[in-house]
Amino acid sequence: MLLRTSIIEGRYLDSVLLMSLAAQLKSRDGVADASAMMGTDANKAVLRETKMLDALGEAAGPSDLIVAIMVEDEALAAEVFATLPALLEPPKQARGTSTAELAARTLDEAKQRLPEASLVVISIPGVFVKHEALRALDLGLHPFIFSDNVSVEDEIELKTIGRERGLLVMGPDCGTSILNGMAIGFANVVSRGAVGIVGASGTGIQELSCLLDHAGVGVHQAIGVGGRDLSQRVGGLSMRQGIALLAADPKVSVLALVSKPPHPEVARQVLLEAKACGKPVMVCFLGGDPKIAQELGLHFAPRLDFAAQICTALVRGEPVPTQPDSLSSEYLEKASELAHKMPSGRKLIRALYSGGTLCDEAIQVADKLGLEGVRSNLASEGPHALSEPGKSEGNCFLDLGDDYFTRGRPHPMIDFASRRERIAVEAAQPDCAVILLDVVLGYGSHADPAGELVAAISALPEGGPVLVASITGTHADPQNYGQQRARLQAAGVHVLPNNASAAAFATAIVKELLA
Amino acid sequence: MTFPAKEQGLSLVNMGLPSFADSAREQGAELVHLDWKPAAGGHRDLLDILDKIARQGEVHSPLQARIEAANQEAYKRLCAAGSVLVDARPAREVIPDLDEDTILHAGPPITWDRMCGPVRGAIAGALIYEGKAKNYDEAAKLAASGAIRFSPCHHHRTVGPMAGVVSPSMWVWVLRNPVHGNEAYCTLNEGLGKVLRFGAYDAEVMERLRWMEKELAPSLAAALHRSETGINIKAIIAQALQMGDELHNRNVAGTSLLLRELVPLLLEAELSAATIKKVFDFISGNNHFFLNLSMPTAKLAADTILGLADSTVMCAMARNGTDIGIRVAGLGQRWFTAPAGMPKGLYFGGFSEADANHDLGDSTICETAGIGGAAMAAAPAIVKFTGGTAELAMTITRDMGRVSMGPHRDYQIPQLDFEGAPVGVDIRKVVELDSPPYINTGIAHKEPGIGQVGAGLLRAPMSLFYEALRAFGQFEKEK
Repeated sequence: MLLRTSIIEGRYLDSVLLMSLAAQLKSRDGVADASAMMGTDANKAVLRETKMLDALGEAAGPSDLIVAIMVEDEALAAEVFATLPALLEPPKQARGTSTAELAARTLDEAKQRLPEASLVVISIPGVFVKHEALRALDLGLHPFIFSDNVSVEDEIELKTIGRERGLLVMGPDCGTSILNGMAIGFANVVSRGAVGIVGASGTGIQELSCLLDHAGVGVHQAIGVGGRDLSQRVGGLSMRQGIALLAADPKVSVLALVSKPPHPEVARQVLLEAKACGKPVMVCFLGGDPKIAQELGLHFAPRLDFAAQICTALVRGEPVPTQPDSLSSEYLEKASELAHKMPSGRKLIRALYSGGTLCDEAIQVADKLGLEGVRSNLASEGPHALSEPGKSEGNCFLDLGDDYFTRGRPHPMIDFASRRERIAVEAAQPDCAVILLDVVLGYGSHADPAGELVAAISALPEGGPVLVASITGTHADPQNYGQQRARLQAAGVHVLPNNASAAAFATAIVKELLA
Repeated sequence: MTFPAKEQGLSLVNMGLPSFADSAREQGAELVHLDWKPAAGGHRDLLDILDKIARQGEVHSPLQARIEAANQEAYKRLCAAGSVLVDARPAREVIPDLDEDTILHAGPPITWDRMCGPVRGAIAGALIYEGKAKNYDEAAKLAASGAIRFSPCHHHRTVGPMAGVVSPSMWVWVLRNPVHGNEAYCTLNEGLGKVLRFGAYDAEVMERLRWMEKELAPSLAAALHRSETGINIKAIIAQALQMGDELHNRNVAGTSLLLRELVPLLLEAELSAATIKKVFDFISGNNHFFLNLSMPTAKLAADTILGLADSTVMCAMARNGTDIGIRVAGLGQRWFTAPAGMPKGLYFGGFSEADANHDLGDSTICETAGIGGAAMAAAPAIVKFTGGTAELAMTITRDMGRVSMGPHRDYQIPQLDFEGAPVGVDIRKVVELDSPPYINTGIAHKEPGIGQVGAGLLRAPMSLFYEALRAFGQFEKEK
C-alpha cells in the first residue's frame, strides 16, 4: 500500500463536506483509506496519528486542503486524484426552496390544512378506530366509520360523545351515506330531492335511493348509521340523531328509515321520535313486524321496492299504497314462457348475492310467494339453514359477502372472482333452473360489474339456466345504469327493475316449472 | 348542530382506503388523504392512555385541561428562558453537591461496571488529573472500589458533552437565566480529536486540561469580570442559527460570534499578549468551542420546567454511552432509559462504524430546547453526515415540529421563512406519531483513550417515550 497526497492550495471546504468526500474516495476499489482535511495543525496531528500524513501533507498550510489516500499502486492514485476536481465542484442542481408540505399524518394536521373539513371517512383496522374517531370528535369532524371489528362498548362511547357534541357518528360498519349530494363509501349518484333517509343497512340505502331516483324522486340526505346501531345496547343513538337532523331540515319533506328488524324496545323509541318530527315517515324494517309502526300511525314497508313506492307517493301527495306492486302480467307471461323452454330436470333457484340485505329481501319475496325448500347462508338456524355455504342445496340464496367467502379476498362488490366461479359451478348443476344475481353500481363498487358477469355468462354452455338480475344503480353512477343493463341484456340476462321483482320473477319461473 | 356544514359538496379527510379518496375527489370534494399508520405503534395500552390524556386543543376533561395548561406554561418558559455567560469558576466552587470524591458524567445514572469505554477513559483521566491515580489501571481500580461517587451532570445543574466528565478542579462556565433566576454549568470545550470528553486520557490530554485550568479559564474569567452585563449567549445562538449553525453538531458561527464578544474583554483584562494570543488561538482553532455554551443555555431553559406538574413535555434527554434517558417535566426527577443507539455517520480517515461507541453525551439537551436536531433546517451542511440532502434537513425540522409544542419565539430559521425552531417535545405527540426526536451527535471511539472518530445522526428509541407515557398514565391514575 502506498500513501499518496494531493494538496489543493487555498481551497477552503467545510469539514463535513470533506468527510463526505473522504468517504467517497474510500468507497473506490483499491483505496484502503482516505482522508480529506484542511491543513491546520490540529488536523495534521490527526492525520499523523492515523499514518495518513506524508511530507507533502506536513508542508501544507492551514488554508490548504490535504487529500491523502492509501492505494494499491501509483496508477490508481493518479486516477483517483484526477477525479478530485469534479468531486469538489459544487452540485450543479440548485437546491431549490423545498417548502413542499409533508403529507398529513394525523387528523390534527389534516384539519390544519383543510379547516373547512366537516367529515372524516375512516376505513382503518377496527382496533385503531376508537382512538382516531375520538380525535375526530375533538376536532369537530363527523366520523363516517366504514371499518368493522369495533367493539360495541367503543361504539356506544363514540356515539354518546358525538351526541353530546352535536356530531353524527356514522358506523362502525357503515357502508353507505349520501351527504350533500356526495356518495360516501359504497353509494350511488342519485338526484337530490325531498326524501331524507336514515339507514342501518348500506345496501338497503343504496337500493332505496336508486329506486327513488328511478321514480324521479330525489334524496336530500342519506345517513348511514352502521349495522349495529339499532341493537338493544346501542339503542339507535345515531339513527335518533339522524332523525332529529332531518326533521329540522326544511328541504326534507319525507323521512325514510331503513334497517333490519331492530330490537323491539329500540324500534319503539326510534319510531316515537320519528313520529314526533311531524313529517310523513316511511319505516322499512326488512321482513319485520309492522305492528309498532302501524300502532304509531307510520307507514310500514317490509321491502325496499315497497318502501320506494310509499316514499314516492308521500312526496307527490298521492294515496299511499297498502300493498307492494306484484309482478306485472307481462313478466308473469315471460316467466311462463321461460319455464316452458327450460330443459327438463332444471327446477331450482340459485341466487348469488353480493349484498346481504338484497339477498335477505329476495328470500322474503320467495317465501311470500310460497317457494319451498329455501336455503341460505344468512340463516344460521331454522328451516332455511344451509349446512355448508360452499355447497348449494334446494332453492339456495347465497350472500357471497359472508365472511366464509371474503376471508382473504375483497368483498364481492369489488372483486367478482367468487361470483364468476360460483356462476360456473351452479350452471353446471343439472337441476339449476335460474341464477339470480344482484348488480350493485356506484362509488366503491367494481368499475365494470357487467363486464365481469358477461365474461362468466358467455363462457357457459348452451341449454343452461336462465339468468335473472336487478341493478342497484343510476344513470349518473360512474358505471352508468343504462350501459350496464344493455350489456347484461345483450348477454341474455333478464334484468328486472328492482331486486324484489327479480326475486319474484325467478320464483315465478320455478313455480311454473313445478306446476 | 352544523350538519351538513355546506349546502352542496363536502370537505373531508380520508383515513384508510385510498379508493374512498379517489371517489370523493371524482365527485369534486376538497379533501386531505392521510398518510396514516397506527398511532403509538399500535400498542393498545398506549392508545388507551393517549385517549385519556392526549386530546390536545379542544379539551374535554379536567385532566386534559390541566395537561394542556401545564404544557403551555412549559412552552412559554422554554421560549422565555434567557442565558447570560457571567463567569468561569472551578467546578468545586459553584456546582452544587460536588464534593472531592464525586465525579459527574453525562446521561442517566450508571455504575462503573456498566460504563462504556470512553466514559471509563474520561473518568480515569479525571482521576489522574485530580491526582487520585497515576495511570488508567490505578484509576480503574479506584473507580471500581466504590470510593468515588458517580453522579449525572443533570442532577447538578450541569451538562457535559460526550462523556461529560466533570471533576472538582475543572473550571466551568457559569451561565445565568435572568428571567427565571436559575444557573447552569458546563466545562470549557477542549477541542476535537483526542480529548477527555471522548475518553482520551494520555499526557497530551492532561497537559491541555492543566493549561485550561491554569491559563485559559482564569483568563476568560478575568475577561468576563470586565463585563458589567456578561455575554448574552441566547442572542448569539439566535444569530448563529441564521448563519448555518444548529448549535449541536455545528458551532462555527457561534464560536466566531463569541470570540467577537470576548476579544475586547480579553484585551481589557490586563493579560499578557502571549496569553491573549494563546487563548485566542485555542478558541478560534476549535469550531465546537461554543457547544459548551449552547448546551448549558439549553439546560437553563429545560430546568425551568423540571417538575412542572401535569406537563408531558420532555425536560431532559441524555446518553451515557450505555443508556439513553429522558425526563418528563411532570414526572420530576425520574429517568426513563433504553439502550443507547448507534449513530449513522461519517468517520475520520482510519476509522469506521466498527470503532464507534454507542450514542453518548448530554448534548441532546439541545434537542430538548429547540436547537440541534430541531433546528436542522438551519444547518443543511450537517445532513451530509448521513449522505442526506438539504431537503432532509427541512424534513427533520418539520418532523420535530410535529412532536413539539410550537415554534421557538427567539430561535428563528431563515430557511423556514424565519419560523421558530420547534421546541417543547410533547411525549404524547411522540407516541401518537411514533416519531422520536432526531439527535445530531459526535461519535466517540468505543475504546478508552482514543477519542473522536466521526459524527452522525440518529433518532431516540421509541421505548423511552412508551415507558414515560405509561408512567404518566399510571401517575395520573394514582393521583
